[in-house]
Amino acid sequence: MNAPILEMKNITKEFPGVKALSDVSFTVETGEIHCLVGENGAGKSTLMKVLSGVYPHGDYTGDILLNGEIQGFRHINDSEKAGIAIIYQELALIPEMTVFENIFLGHEISNSLVVNWNETIKQAGEMLKKVKLDINPATKVKDLGIGTQQLVEIAKALSKDVKLLILDEPTSSLNEQDSENLLQLLRDLKEHGVTSIMISHKLKEVIAIADSVTVLRDGQTICSLHARDGEITENVLIKHMVGREINNIYPPKKHIPTQEVILEVKNWNARNPSLGRDILKDVNFKLNKGEIIGLAGLIGSGRTELALSIFGNPGNFQISGDFYLNGKKQKFNHPKEAITAGISYVSEDRKGNGLILIQDVKQNISLANLKELAEHWVVNSNAEIKVANKYKTELNIKTPSVEQKVSNLSGGNQQKVCLGKWLFVKPNILILDEPTRGIDVGAKFEIYTIMTELVRQGMSIIMISSELPEVLGMSDRIYIVASGKIAGELKAQEATQEKIMKLATN
Amino acid sequence: MTFFNDVKKILQQNIREYGMYIALFVIMIIFTITTEGTFISSRNIVNLVNQTGYIAILAIGMTLVIIIRHIDLSVGFLAGFLGAIAAIAMADPKVVQAGMNLPVYIVIPLTLVLGIVAGLLTAFLVAQMKIPSFVASLAGWLIYRGAILVVTESTGTIIINDDAFNAIGNGFVPDIPGIGILPGIHKLTLILGIIAIVAMALSEFNDRRKKLTYNFEVLPTEIFILKVVFTSAIIGGITWVLSGYQGLSWTAVIVLVVTIIYNFIMSQTVLGRHIYAIGGNPDAAELSGISVKKLIYVVFGSMGMLSALSGILFASRLQSATTTAGTLFELDAIAAAYVGGVSAAGGVGKVVGSIIGALVMTSLTSGMNLMGIGISYQYMVRGAVLAAAVIFDVATRNTGK
Repeated sequence: MNAPILEMKNITKEFPGVKALSDVSFTVETGEIHCLVGENGAGKSTLMKVLSGVYPHGDYTGDILLNGEIQGFRHINDSEKAGIAIIYQELALIPEMTVFENIFLGHEISNSLVVNWNETIKQAGEMLKKVKLDINPATKVKDLGIGTQQLVEIAKALSKDVKLLILDEPTSSLNEQDSENLLQLLRDLKEHGVTSIMISHKLKEVIAIADSVTVLRDGQTICSLHARDGEITENVLIKHMVGREINNIYPPKKHIPTQEVILEVKNWNARNPSLGRDILKDVNFKLNKGEIIGLAGLIGSGRTELALSIFGNPGNFQISGDFYLNGKKQKFNHPKEAITAGISYVSEDRKGNGLILIQDVKQNISLANLKELAEHWVVNSNAEIKVANKYKTELNIKTPSVEQKVSNLSGGNQQKVCLGKWLFVKPNILILDEPTRGIDVGAKFEIYTIMTELVRQGMSIIMISSELPEVLGMSDRIYIVASGKIAGELKAQEATQEKIMKLATN
Repeated sequence: MTFFNDVKKILQQNIREYGMYIALFVIMIIFTITTEGTFISSRNIVNLVNQTGYIAILAIGMTLVIIIRHIDLSVGFLAGFLGAIAAIAMADPKVVQAGMNLPVYIVIPLTLVLGIVAGLLTAFLVAQMKIPSFVASLAGWLIYRGAILVVTESTGTIIINDDAFNAIGNGFVPDIPGIGILPGIHKLTLILGIIAIVAMALSEFNDRRKKLTYNFEVLPTEIFILKVVFTSAIIGGITWVLSGYQGLSWTAVIVLVVTIIYNFIMSQTVLGRHIYAIGGNPDAAELSGISVKKLIYVVFGSMGMLSALSGILFASRLQSATTTAGTLFELDAIAAAYVGGVSAAGGVGKVVGSIIGALVMTSLTSGMNLMGIGISYQYMVRGAVLAAAVIFDVATRNTGK
């Protein structure tokens, strides 16, 4: 057992009306990979913000010891100087700047006033080598994939001579391949003496990589587990996270899909004129009434683009091909027309284009179907509250009232608000794009249960997901998308993770 | 003492909204004291309302523009230009000589339509050509500045001698004739004030009753009554002050009507909700089936129409069209909107707030004029108030609901 690099003792942090952390203690040994797990709202991110000085010293009670010395960080700069670097879920790179500019942003290599660009580029290249990234440092960040951007963030942290690297759900938007690369990189960094703390919802990754795991629940430390004692298993983790044992994480299937085709896409091609390349090539697929189909594939394979191209094409792609709804050929020029025709699309990016964060729960739920609540264009606000309360109860949205701003809700509850919004449109076809990304185990199960109930009532669902167990657990049929093409179709019974990955990476 | 705790809690939750009312109230009290009552005199208040009119109208349109995350710099000179067009159509000596002059009831709608066309042109640049609204409307600013000079080049100031037109900026709603009681008091204004109080109270009670039948949360009874009494007192006070002079001016009537219509649209209708949604998150709005493009046309079109109305009010107030009409109106309107709590980040703001903002800014000018403070210091004070209002707005952003 190594000496602890970090000890957080009896940390308590209160927000007005809420105790976010209550007497939390957290110890990380030098040179280990320590995972922090817990449901959404358990206090993981708050704890990391206390550590990094986002919440300044004095704003919380308790002590932070780094290498045995008490620290009082007043600002994120203080913790960076002490060798702590945080990489957030939402990346903090500047898209219009090059990789080398980003890596040394804020601690530029300069003599007195003038930046030494040659030295910057040279050192940036060395940092990229450390994270095993073979790209030109002069590439603009906006031209990189999300997985590559994450590695650039890590390179940036390394350039600051980091001792303790904190990653907040680093793999939540990565595909399997990129995730595996990232985990391997963390192992390599460990060999070179970098200690890492990783917040994650993906328990398989946690089990694969963690030397130790600390479980938080409701702002309290539940337990610390160590791989050397053989304590880290999925069931144990889930039990501690939710306080109960979950044996079956997918609800039993009650529905029987029909053979009645409700949606069909034939010879579908799409070109993104602003990128100047084809994003969908000769796509053919169909959806039966009362069926869940899964669209599996790597990030960037074109699944979201496929969904958007049939949902009124808001990205203004150039499209050719035929689209049939209930056997009738259709063409939508705006999401409005798709919604009217009975299609809903729940976005993969809740904060970006799913919700209006500054508005409250009821306004978000009613937005896509305000006309139903209006008479002569005047909105009946009482009816609106009633509808919002109905979905609050049905979907078990945890909020004090429907007049709460959605920015104050946890990720899982925000996702349920999105779902409520799109169910209120009363669709026949529901497209769910990464429906459980970044939400906790309990909320996931609730969303699966809702999906099962919806198809039982006759709705048809297209689910886009990067989590293979989810695709396998929920779908009746699976289409695998690779490089803008349908690479294969599998029935639920014959599909395995290996088969899907093989098709997706071909 | 649950009553006082409730009051405190509700004030805290709504501090953002009530803040500017309190600010306006404090400013009025300070000027009343420093001018020994002249500020609050009926005559001055009526003047103040008339001075605020053309900026208030612009501020209403600007509120919508800022809510959808855009800006329109062209409105000042557009107002000036359209005021000049209206004046020429009615009263330009050459036009009159040729017998081509149009009557006021044609000129006004025509000017408003021209305003809408101008607004749609800006919208075309913003929505279709994807030009940032700052640049598109700056181009408009230059063009309309030049256009005023072109149309007033030969004649200079155009004097308007149409009584009906000039009444818009200077006239008052006539009183009911033949009532002997209360001499020196404008009876019609008093009656309208009482009707307004009754209507307000009835609609509040009705709303509360409906909410209760749904079992929704409502204000505690005492606070609800306090709120109704307080609002009644304010309407009553304003009515009393106005009726002590010549009653409601036509400008006040126009501003009131436009405010009521826009407030209704923004708070009660699908259109208003869609405008707030676009400001809150344009991508989410588009995916929710709202056409962002279409609403840019609607909002800029409305801005153009209100610019025309503002130009008419200003020309009527001066009884003439001048070469400098409209100078800096756009910045006054933008300042009024920000003082009134409209958020530069988009998605937040109320029409009524911007009217209060406009009143705050004109009160400062009026009060300092009465005190004999020089124009140079007036600009500085107004600048400081603008900065303070936005600081307050940012500081209270995270409190309340």
